[in-house]
Amino acid sequence: MTTVTLSHGGGGKAMKDLIAQVFVAAFDNPLLAPLDDQARMPMALLAEYGDRLAMTTDSFVVDPLEFAGGDIGKLAVCGTINDLAVGGAVPLYLSCAAIIEEGLPIDLLHRIARSIAAAARQAGVQIVTGDTKVVQRGACDRLFLTTTGIGVIRAGVSLGAHRAQPGDAVLVNGVLGDHGAAILAARGDLALDAPIDSDCAALHGLIDALLAEAPGTRFMRDATRGGIATVLNEIAIAANCGIELDECDVPLREAVKGFCEILGLDPLYLANEGRLVAIVPDAEADRALAAMRAHPLGAGACRIGCVTTRRPRQVVMHTVLGGQRIVDMLVGDQLPRIC
Amino acid sequence: MKYVDEFRDRDKAGALRREIAAVTASIGPVRPIQIMEVCGGHTHAIFRYGLEAMLPDMVELVHGPGCPVCVLPTGRVDDCIAIAERPEVILTTFGDAMRVPGSRGSLLQAKANGADIRMVYSPTDALALARQHPDREVVFFGLGFETTMPSTALTVLEAERDGIGNFSVFCNHITIVPTIKAILESPDLRIDGFVGPGHVSMVIGTAPYQFIARQYRKPLVVSGFEPLDVLQSVWMVLRQIAEGRAEIENQYARVVASGGNAAAQRAIGRVYEPREFFEWRGLGSIDYSGVRFRDAYSRFDAERRFAVPGVRIADPQACQCGEVLKGALKPHQCRVFGTACTPETPMGALMVSSEGACAAYYRYAAKAA
Repeated sequence: MTTVTLSHGGGGKAMKDLIAQVFVAAFDNPLLAPLDDQARMPMALLAEYGDRLAMTTDSFVVDPLEFAGGDIGKLAVCGTINDLAVGGAVPLYLSCAAIIEEGLPIDLLHRIARSIAAAARQAGVQIVTGDTKVVQRGACDRLFLTTTGIGVIRAGVSLGAHRAQPGDAVLVNGVLGDHGAAILAARGDLALDAPIDSDCAALHGLIDALLAEAPGTRFMRDATRGGIATVLNEIAIAANCGIELDECDVPLREAVKGFCEILGLDPLYLANEGRLVAIVPDAEADRALAAMRAHPLGAGACRIGCVTTRRPRQVVMHTVLGGQRIVDMLVGDQLPRIC
Repeated sequence: MKYVDEFRDRDKAGALRREIAAVTASIGPVRPIQIMEVCGGHTHAIFRYGLEAMLPDMVELVHGPGCPVCVLPTGRVDDCIAIAERPEVILTTFGDAMRVPGSRGSLLQAKANGADIRMVYSPTDALALARQHPDREVVFFGLGFETTMPSTALTVLEAERDGIGNFSVFCNHITIVPTIKAILESPDLRIDGFVGPGHVSMVIGTAPYQFIARQYRKPLVVSGFEPLDVLQSVWMVLRQIAEGRAEIENQYARVVASGGNAAAQRAIGRVYEPREFFEWRGLGSIDYSGVRFRDAYSRFDAERRFAVPGVRIADPQACQCGEVLKGALKPHQCRVFGTACTPETPMGALMVSSEGACAAYYRYAAKAA
C-alpha cells in the first residue's frame, strides 16, 4: 500500500495499522503508549513548573507540505510551542490531529510524522494524544494538522500587550520574513529560485534566556501570519500607545529584500515561524538583547523601535529616506502588485 | 541591494529636500502648487517612503488615475467574472485585481464561489497554463497602461506562432495620453505640473507628451520609481515653474530613451487598435483611451470568444473620485469618504487598491482621530 485510502479512515484494522506504524511508532512515549481515549498527566508534575496551566491550539494548512527549512509537521510542533512560550509557559504536552486527503503517499506521511517527532524531541515536549481522519479527494488539501499544547506558567511571570509602556524597547530575535518568502518561493509558481529557508523554530529556550535576564519584559508574541506589522498594531491598540520603528533597524536578509522588491511585497507583513517581538523596559533592553544573541535562535536579535506616547494606537515607521509612514494592519492578504 | 540602495540614500534625500524648499520659496506661491503623479507606482513609492511629509506645505501631490486596477469600471469587472464563471475557463489575473469590486462582488468572491481563478505574475504564466491544460480555456485578464501592453501583445504573438488555440485575453489595456488630456481639459483643473510614468515612457518614449507642454503650458518630468527619483522629479517640475518654463524633461534617462522601445511599439501596433472610447472608474468615458485586439487577432479576444454581457454600470452617484483624481478635492472632502466608502467596502476607485489615495488617507485619518 503506497497511498492513504478511505479504508484507512474506516476505524478498522487498516486505520489501526496506519496509526501504529506511522504515528505511534514515531511519537513513541509512555503517556501515548496505552492508546486510550485520553492522555493522563500527573498534576504534581505540572505543579513543579509553575502555578497556572496554559493551553493553546492551532491548525496548519500550509502549501507545499515540505519546504526549505521545514515542513507542516515541524511547523505544527513549533507553532504551538511558541504560542505557549510567548506567554511565559514551559511547553510540556501536545496533541496532534491529522486530517488526510485520500491519495496522500504514505512515504510522505511517514516523513512528516518523523519530522513531528523530531521537532517534539528536540523541544523536550511529548505528543501524548492524537486523532486521524481520512477524507475524500477534494475535501481537504492533502494534509491538515491541528496541534493543541499544554504548558505551565512559572510563578510570578505575567505578560500582556496592555502592559507595554511609553519608553519601552521593541526587540526582535532576528531577520524577518524568511518563512513567508520561503513558502512563496516553494510554491514554484513565481519562477523565482530564492535561496531562503523558513525560520521555523521552537522559541521556548530563547524565551527562557530572555526572561532570566529581563524579568520586567512586558509582552512577547511570535510574529506569524500578518508579520511584525500586525503584531505591532495589536500591541499599540492593546496598550493605547504609539509604536515607532526605524526602517534602517528592521533586519532583513538580502535575499528576502530582493524577493519582496521583485514581487511588490512588504516584508513587514510576511509570516515568520521562529521570530518574536518582545516589548522590554528600556533599562533591561541591552541585557535582553545580549541574552538573545547568546542563544542560537537569537544571534540576529536587535532593537527595531520603541513605544511612545505620540500617535496612540498607531505604528509609524521612519523610512530609510527620512520620511514617515503609517504601518497599518492589512484588510486581507498581501497581493502582489501589477504596477 | 546594489543598484537599489543608491536610490534610497538618506543624505541625498535631505539635500533634495532642501533644494525643493529653496525653489518653492523662490516661487513664493499664493496657493499650494499641485503636482500630479500620474502613475500608481509613484503613488506607492510616495506612501511607502513617506515622501509627502518631506515636501513644503505649499507643494501638494495629487495622486492621479495611473493605477490600472483602481480605474477599472464596475461593468468590466462583472464581464470578467461572467467569463470566469464559465466551467471551461481558467481565469488568470494579476494579484491586485482580485479585490476590485464589481456589482456582484469581486474576483476573490467569485473564486470562493467556485470559479477557477488563478493569480499569475505575467501573461506568459497564463500561456504556460494553457499549454498544460489543452482541455480548458485559459483567459488572461489583461490590465495596465503601455507598461504591460507589450508583454500581453508578445504573449498573443507567441500563442499565434505556436498554434495555441485555448488561450485568450480579456483586454482592458488603457493608454496614458488621452487620459492626461482628459484631465487637462476638465474645467476644474488645478494641476500645475506632472510627474510622468517612467515605465510607460520606456515603451512610448517622451515625444507623445509634448502637447502637454506646448498646448497646455504644463511641465512634465518623466520619472523613475525609486524615492530619490520621485523627489528629484518633483524638484525638476518646481524648477520649471520657478523659471517660467513648461517642458517635457526626462529624469529617468538611465532607462528611458526619448524614442522609447521600437520593438515594444511594433508589437503594440501589430496586435491592438484603439477603442473609440473606454470607461474609467471615477473619470467616466474617455475617447480613444483603451485598446482592443485587431480583427486579425480576434480569436485571442476573450470578449469576442465568450460574448460578455458588456453592461455599463455608472459609478455610484455619491462617489467623488473624479474630483479627487483631478486634485479638485482632497480625499477626506469626498462626501462618502470613511462612511459609505472604506477599504473594507470600497465604493470608488481610490479606495479599491491599497495604493489608492483615499485608502491611504483613510488609514491615516481614521487612526489620528
